[in-house]
Amino acid sequence: MRIGGFGHISSEEILLPVRPAYIALTLLGALMLNLLPLTGWVLAVRPDFVALALLYWGIHQPRKIGFFPAWLLGLAMDVADGSLFGQHALAYSAMMFAAIFLHRRVSMFDLRHQMLHVLVILLAMQLIVLGVREAAGGELPGWWYFLSSATGALLWPVTHVVFTAPLRPRHDPDDV
Amino acid sequence: MEYTPPPFFKRGPSLLTRLSFFAALSLILLYADARFHYMESMRKVVAVVLYPLQQLASVPGELGSRVSNFFVTQSSLQRDNERLARDNFLNAGLLQTQQALIAENLHLRALLEMQERVEQSSVAAEVLYFGRDPFGRKVILDKGQMQDIEEGAAVVDDTGLIGQVSRVYPWTSEVALISDREQVVPVQIVRNGLRAVLFGVGYDGALDLRFMPVNAEIENGDVLVTSGIDGVYPAGLPVAVVSNIERNAAYPFARITCTPTAGVNRYKQVLVLSRLAPLPDYPQATESSKPVKPRAKSRKGG
Repeated sequence: MRIGGFGHISSEEILLPVRPAYIALTLLGALMLNLLPLTGWVLAVRPDFVALALLYWGIHQPRKIGFFPAWLLGLAMDVADGSLFGQHALAYSAMMFAAIFLHRRVSMFDLRHQMLHVLVILLAMQLIVLGVREAAGGELPGWWYFLSSATGALLWPVTHVVFTAPLRPRHDPDDV
Repeated sequence: MEYTPPPFFKRGPSLLTRLSFFAALSLILLYADARFHYMESMRKVVAVVLYPLQQLASVPGELGSRVSNFFVTQSSLQRDNERLARDNFLNAGLLQTQQALIAENLHLRALLEMQERVEQSSVAAEVLYFGRDPFGRKVILDKGQMQDIEEGAAVVDDTGLIGQVSRVYPWTSEVALISDREQVVPVQIVRNGLRAVLFGVGYDGALDLRFMPVNAEIENGDVLVTSGIDGVYPAGLPVAVVSNIERNAAYPFARITCTPTAGVNRYKQVLVLSRLAPLPDYPQATESSKPVKPRAKSRKGG
């Protein structure tokens, strides 16, 4: 494994095959992170971990994840947040579409340029949520609302490192 | 002839088809929830599934607060103790006079043949965390249906009204704060009994007193309490203090900003009051005298 600026971390390493149970586990972990009882500015800048994890698997394993988990997790987030029932489900479904549609393109770039793609996709997802709430009579709570997309994009390399860590093949002691 | 791919290249329906299916499903749910509130039972089911996860997620925070509680300094404990003892002493005096007042009130009400006020019960609860939905001002309490919390009940802290229970789950409940944009509280000015409606503006520390004429008799520092005419909030709970009045003759209404007296970010403990006895039914208008319906829930102006 090479160590350096994350521009050098290639996303085309040869990794162990991803098992569906592992994807489920990471999604559950992301859901737990989203459920952390945070308040104040921490809550305002907190990225949507579930969206980030879904986006990651949508881009890297589009054959192993589909719309259903995204939709289901969206419903879970709606209940956990006490927001309108279906707003996150809609936004996550649309995000999964973007991820699977763009997965070949995004994985051609290095992590720095992937971050830009992720930023745009996350912003689009938040815009869908905002649109739904505006239609239901809400109002933009403030421009800080979009900060979570920025932190989400910034966390993209971290997500990559964390999610691929258990997938790196271990060194065979006989293979010297 | 139509071309069909060999079966081993089949990948199911196309991406766009799948997206439209799930988007349509979500939109139906959204419409049913926003328009008709059909989704409350389904919400409860998902909430029960999520409950253990939520409990698990709150473990680190609780551990942290327990550790910091353990290291509370002697002096702050002593200070708290002194303050509480003093408050208790003062309150005891007030309570003693109140006993006499309650008896007198009962007697007077009996004399005037007025309806008796129902004694209210209350449940103490703790704020678990703030709502994560950025479009509303909500807090989540640690008591729910199992502890007889009812939807619509008023929630107070030791200084005044905080909000209203907006959703009840089996073990938790959601409280819409009075600063929530969709929260409306009927209030009364203590000084002169003028009734008004107090609207939340969507952020802490400010409330809007709307639809008051420019020449209404309101001053800075006026105390607003619940009027109790809505049958939701019991009368007389302190709600807010008028902090700023802008009278501009160009507008029909004055711009009046108030500061809430209760602060949900100060203490963790709150009191959930039981629902009031239902008010008698609204008198039905006869067919002949059917005026234009007053739009009580109009959100324009202000």
